[in-house]
Amino acid sequence: MSVTNGFAVVARNVGKTYGEGKSAVTALGNVSLEIRKGEFFTLLGPSGCGKTSLLRCIAGFETPTSGAILLSGRDITYDPPNSRPINTVFQSYALFPHLTVAQNVGFGLKMQGKPKAEIASATARVLALVKLEAFADRLPQQMSGGQQQRVALARALAPAPEVLLLDEPLSALDLKLRKEMQGELKRLQIETGITFIFVTHDQEEALTMSDRIGIMSAGDLLQVGPPREIYNNPVNRFVADFIGETNFLTAEVRNNVVRIGAGHEFAVPLNGRQGTITLAIRPEQVSLGPAGTGLPAKVVEATYLGTDTHYTVALQDDSRLTARIQSNTTASLEVGDQVGLMIDPNAIRVLEA
Amino acid sequence: MMARSRNFDITRLPGFTLIAVLSFVLLYAPIITLVIYSFNGGNSVNQWGGLSLKWYAIAAQNEAVQSAAIRSFVIAIWASIIATTVATMAALGTSRRAKFKGQTFIYIVINQPLMVPEIVTAVALLLFFSWIKIATGYAGLGYLILAHSAFCVPFAYLPIKARLDGMDTAMETAAADLYASPLQTFRHVTLPLLMPGIGAGAMLAFIISLDDVIITEFVKSAGQDTLPTYMLGQLRRALTPEVNAISTVLLAVSVAVLTVFFLITRKRG
Ligand SMILES: Nc1ncnc2c1ncn2[C@@H]1O[C@H](COP(=O)(O)OP(=O)(O)OP(=O)(O)O)[C@@H](O)[C@H]1O
Ligand SMILES: [Mg+2]
Repeated sequence: MSVTNGFAVVARNVGKTYGEGKSAVTALGNVSLEIRKGEFFTLLGPSGCGKTSLLRCIAGFETPTSGAILLSGRDITYDPPNSRPINTVFQSYALFPHLTVAQNVGFGLKMQGKPKAEIASATARVLALVKLEAFADRLPQQMSGGQQQRVALARALAPAPEVLLLDEPLSALDLKLRKEMQGELKRLQIETGITFIFVTHDQEEALTMSDRIGIMSAGDLLQVGPPREIYNNPVNRFVADFIGETNFLTAEVRNNVVRIGAGHEFAVPLNGRQGTITLAIRPEQVSLGPAGTGLPAKVVEATYLGTDTHYTVALQDDSRLTARIQSNTTASLEVGDQVGLMIDPNAIRVLEA
Repeated sequence: MMARSRNFDITRLPGFTLIAVLSFVLLYAPIITLVIYSFNGGNSVNQWGGLSLKWYAIAAQNEAVQSAAIRSFVIAIWASIIATTVATMAALGTSRRAKFKGQTFIYIVINQPLMVPEIVTAVALLLFFSWIKIATGYAGLGYLILAHSAFCVPFAYLPIKARLDGMDTAMETAAADLYASPLQTFRHVTLPLLMPGIGAGAMLAFIISLDDVIITEFVKSAGQDTLPTYMLGQLRRALTPEVNAISTVLLAVSVAVLTVFFLITRKRG
C-alpha cells in the first residue's frame, strides 16, 4: 500500500511549459499538491496563474512537462482523458448542440458501453438531482445560461466519476444565480461524496464553499489550507492581499517591540525578527474610539456599505489604515474627525517585509 | 456636414445604380431569354413560333438525351460521393491536428484544380487514362467518375473546411472527457456537427460535375456523352430549341440543389 492511497489526486512536482524556445510560456513551475478523497478543494488565484493548466493536466487534456499525476495512488500522467475516471464541467459548458439534454447527460455512460436501461435510469436520477427532469427532451440552445450550467454539471456527474473538475463554472452567471448555484454545488458534493476540484478567482466563493483552498500565483502553489487558516494566517503578503481585504503597515522592530505610526508600540509575536517588517491587519480588527484613546488618527474617507461602514484613517506619520465598523454600533464619524485607533495585537500578522 | 460624418456607403458612389442594373441585365437577360425560348413552338432557336412544350417532349423521347441524362447523373452522384469523402478527410487532416510542416503545400495540392487551367488537366487526363486503357482494356464510366471526383474535391473541401474551422474543439475535448475514444468522438460528435458542411460540399460537387464540359469531352470514350457534351455535339449539327429545353432542365436542377444548399447552411451555420 502506497502512502498516497488516502488521496484522490496527487500532483507531484508538476511543471507545464507551452511552446518551445523563445515563445515558451511556463504555466506551472513546480506544483505539488495532495487532494483528499471526498474533499471540496478550490484552486484560487489571479488570471493566468495556471489554474486551468493544472486542471487540464489532471483531466488529461495536457501532458505535464515534468512531474507526475496520481489518481488514488495510481500514476495516470500519460493516460488519455477518456480512460480517466475524472469528469470536467467546462467554463463554456461545451454541451453537444445536436443532442438533447438527456442525450448529453447520458453521453458518458453510452461511451462506456453501459446498457440502455442503466443509462436511462442514471440520466433520470442525475437530472432530478439538478432539478431538470422537465427539460430532458430540450436541446441545449433552448435553455437559459443557468439551466445549461446545470446540464453541464449533470453530464459530468452521470458517470459517477472519482473526481469532478470544475473550471470557473459559475463565472458566466449573474450574482443571484451564482449564489444559488454555490449552495447547489456544495449540496451535490456532499450528497454524491465525489471529490470536487473547483477553480475560481473569486475569493469569497472559495472561502464559503471549500474544505481546503490552494492559493496559486504565477504557476506556483503558495499556500494550501482550510479557508479559516488561510484567512487568519496568510503565509505572505500576496496571499493576505488576495484573500479578503488587508491593511499593510510597515513597522520597525526595536528591542523585540514593534513600532508603528509615530512611535506607538505593540507586543506582537516576532519569532526573533528584527528591522523593518510588514504587518497585516484585517479591517474588521481595527476599532475606532474617541480621540485620546489608542493611536491618534484622523478620518480621511468614509464609505457607507449598508451594515458596515469603511473608514480610512491617517496616522500621524500619514500611513493609512481601513477600519470596517458595524454601522449601527457607533455614532457615525465624519471626514476630518479625530479618533483613537485600537488594534487587537493578537489579530496582527507579521509578514516578511 | 451630417453626411460627411456617416460611414462609407457604396450605394452613394456615382454610377452605382447604373452599374448594378447593367450587371443584372447582363447576368440574367440571356438566361431568361433561354428559358422563354425553351417553350418555343417553332423550329428555330431564336425565332418565336408560339408557346408550346413541344421541345421538352422531343428531348424527353430522344434516346440519346435519355442516356446522356442518366450518365450525367450517375457520374455526378459518384463523383460527389468520392470527392466529398476525400474532401472531408482532407479537411480533418488540415484542421484537427497540430500544424505541420508543408501544410501550405497541402492546401495547394487540394486546391490545384482551381488553379491549373482546366484544359491542361483535360489533356493530361486524356494522356494518362489512354495508357491505363491500353494496359487494362477497361473502357467504362470509371474514368469519367475518377476525373470528375478529382476536380470536384476543392469545391467540396471549401464548405467542409469552413464548417470545421468554425467548430469549437471544446466539443471534442468534452467527448474525450466523457470516455469517448477518438473513433467514438468522430462518430458521435465531429461527424454529426460537420454534416451541414458535408452536405453543402456534396451539393456543390454535384453541380460542378453535372455542368462540366471540357474534361468530360477529353476523357469520354465514344458513346459516353453527358448532357453538356451532347449539347455541344448538337452545336455542330442543326441547333434546335431542344438544347434550350435541356438547358432549362439543367438550370432547374442546379437552382433546386443550390436552394437546398443555402437553406441548410443558413439554418445550421
Ligand atoms: N495552449 C496554450 N499555449 C500557450 N500558452 C498557454 C496555453 N494555455 C495557457 N497558456 C499560458 O499559460 C499561463 C497559465 O494559463 P492558465 O489558462 O492555466 O491560467 P488560469 O489561471 O486558468 O487563468 P484564468 O483565470 O484567466 O482562466 C498563461 O500565461 C497562459 O497565457
Ligand atoms: Mg482558466
